[in-house]
Amino acid sequence: MANQTIIPGPASAAAVTRPVVRRRLEPILFNTFNTLFMIGLVIVTLYPFLNTIVVSLNAGNDTIRGGIYLWPREFTWQNYKAVFASGTIYDAFWISVARTVLSTLLNLGLTTMLAYTLSRREYVFRKPITLIFILTMYFNAGLIPGYFLMKDLHLLNTFWVYVIPSMISAFNMIVIRTYIGTIPESLVESARIDGAGDFKIFIRIIFPLCKPVLATIALFVAVGAWNSWFDAFIYTSSHQELSTLQYELMKLLSSSMNANGNPAVSNGVGMTQGSSMVTPISIRAAVTVVASVPILLVYPFMQKYFVVGLNVGSVKE
Amino acid sequence: MDQTLKKDRAVRRSKKEKKITWSLIKDQRQLIYMSVPLLAYIVLFAYVPIWGWTMAFQDYKPARDFSEQKWVGFKHFEFLFKDDSFLQVLRNTLAMSVINLILGFVTAIILALLLNEIKKIFWKRTVQTISYLPHFLSWIIVTGIVATSLASDGIVNDLLMKLHLIKEPIQWLSEGKYFWGIVGASHVWKEVGWNTIIYLAAMSSIDPALYEAADIDGASRYRKMFHVTLPGIKPTIIILLIMQVGHILEAGFEVQYLLGNGLVVDWSQTIDIFVLKYGLAQGNYSLATAAGIFKTVVSVTLLLIANGISKRLGEERLL
Repeated sequence: MANQTIIPGPASAAAVTRPVVRRRLEPILFNTFNTLFMIGLVIVTLYPFLNTIVVSLNAGNDTIRGGIYLWPREFTWQNYKAVFASGTIYDAFWISVARTVLSTLLNLGLTTMLAYTLSRREYVFRKPITLIFILTMYFNAGLIPGYFLMKDLHLLNTFWVYVIPSMISAFNMIVIRTYIGTIPESLVESARIDGAGDFKIFIRIIFPLCKPVLATIALFVAVGAWNSWFDAFIYTSSHQELSTLQYELMKLLSSSMNANGNPAVSNGVGMTQGSSMVTPISIRAAVTVVASVPILLVYPFMQKYFVVGLNVGSVKE
Repeated sequence: MDQTLKKDRAVRRSKKEKKITWSLIKDQRQLIYMSVPLLAYIVLFAYVPIWGWTMAFQDYKPARDFSEQKWVGFKHFEFLFKDDSFLQVLRNTLAMSVINLILGFVTAIILALLLNEIKKIFWKRTVQTISYLPHFLSWIIVTGIVATSLASDGIVNDLLMKLHLIKEPIQWLSEGKYFWGIVGASHVWKEVGWNTIIYLAAMSSIDPALYEAADIDGASRYRKMFHVTLPGIKPTIIILLIMQVGHILEAGFEVQYLLGNGLVVDWSQTIDIFVLKYGLAQGNYSLATAAGIFKTVVSVTLLLIANGISKRLGEERLL
């Protein structure tokens, strides 16, 4: 917004003796180019996604004929009905919802609690604990040792393998701690004089005041949990009832990619419908929409929070 | 002056560093209850697995106890560096990292510069919101979209044919020579809008007086972009570049795994896929762990070097 002040007024343009035509033409050319560029960007960003929505609303056997761009030729809800009639995708949807909600709540509570203790300058173990957490940002033991740890902890093929290994993130902790640092110390002090302990101060004062930064963190954690598929692929792939929506989508995509779009392979989804209107391509489009819409409905409203949160995060240590 | 400053700091430090006494611990027991269980948690999930690195120095057999494993020293590491397929994987990883790094930086900076020139706030906000959209989609969805767009009857071939640039559809995903470029373009599509956030924030903190001065000197828009805005975000660019260096061996896993297929395997496989293939699919845990250790050690070393450089440059330290 600061750059609003820099628009040269008409007076300054007239005062300069340079070729007036060039000075007038240049901004117009630039603005035209810039606007066209931005329109191009918007199209390139939105088109593939809009096209997927349209394909998901078009009859499958018609889509195969090609030529579906931004408007359905034979409108139908059949693809969505098939998706939700298939038990696997319906179950996977709820597993995804459950892991996302649980992960977000646990992350917010635990990471904020940790951030509060590490923001207390008088805390004797502040430095070593901070260091131990920060180091985890820069290395990880790797896939195989991680797999054996899950095995030893009996987390393989359980729902908890989605939630427990990622309850705290060092990066989020730093973002929250930086934010806590901006809360006036006098609030904490006066609560202490009233006899409140650290836990009470955290619950009653700090946690409620952290709402703006927690909105950002909640978005990051929820998006991460909702979009992850690798843990389902590695840790629970032998248990169909634990599959997540993204992992089901991945199976649909890889089966159709390997078969080069051969309609015979489609995980059995939609086949129970006995309808030729439903094809793997349209099922895939419908699942893609189901898997992305929840987040796309939320993020525009969080924009003012995450832009600030991200910039707090970049002010490191 | 320097000395008094040092002395001052030393005094302050001795005041700050209290001795850990039982009464102090008792005073802070609530803080301890709130943080030490979480410390135990992170030690278990982030540090304990490092013990698994011992596998790389053994011929690890899951059925045997630790004491019964056969120790083989650096055998697996030696094997890796003589193995052509690992060297190929290393090449792919580095190539895709460098392509992603350069493309990612250049496109995000250009987009941020152009967004910064939009004067209509509503239009600017709208473009920004839309440009963030792909960031929130999972790689599964993005690779699905990429595969659909690049299919023989997809929109890209469609457009190229209609513009008469090609006569027959190109099989984008079946030819290795296109693979690195496709991965780079996919990254740009997904993250370019998101990556502008930090540059735009840096631009908004540039002193408006600099632009006014440039106006008085009769500077054109381009001149202001190149001589005021770009230098204004230079520190941000340098910091982000240095931070990225530590991730040079993390070309990613998801895109390559999801977009790759049998035909492009020589170009698509990265270290992470190598680890997955040898480790979990073939049960060669020792070799896979050795490859994973190599990756971690190189990354941490690069990070320490980057950290040292940024300290020299007088920038904020990263660690």
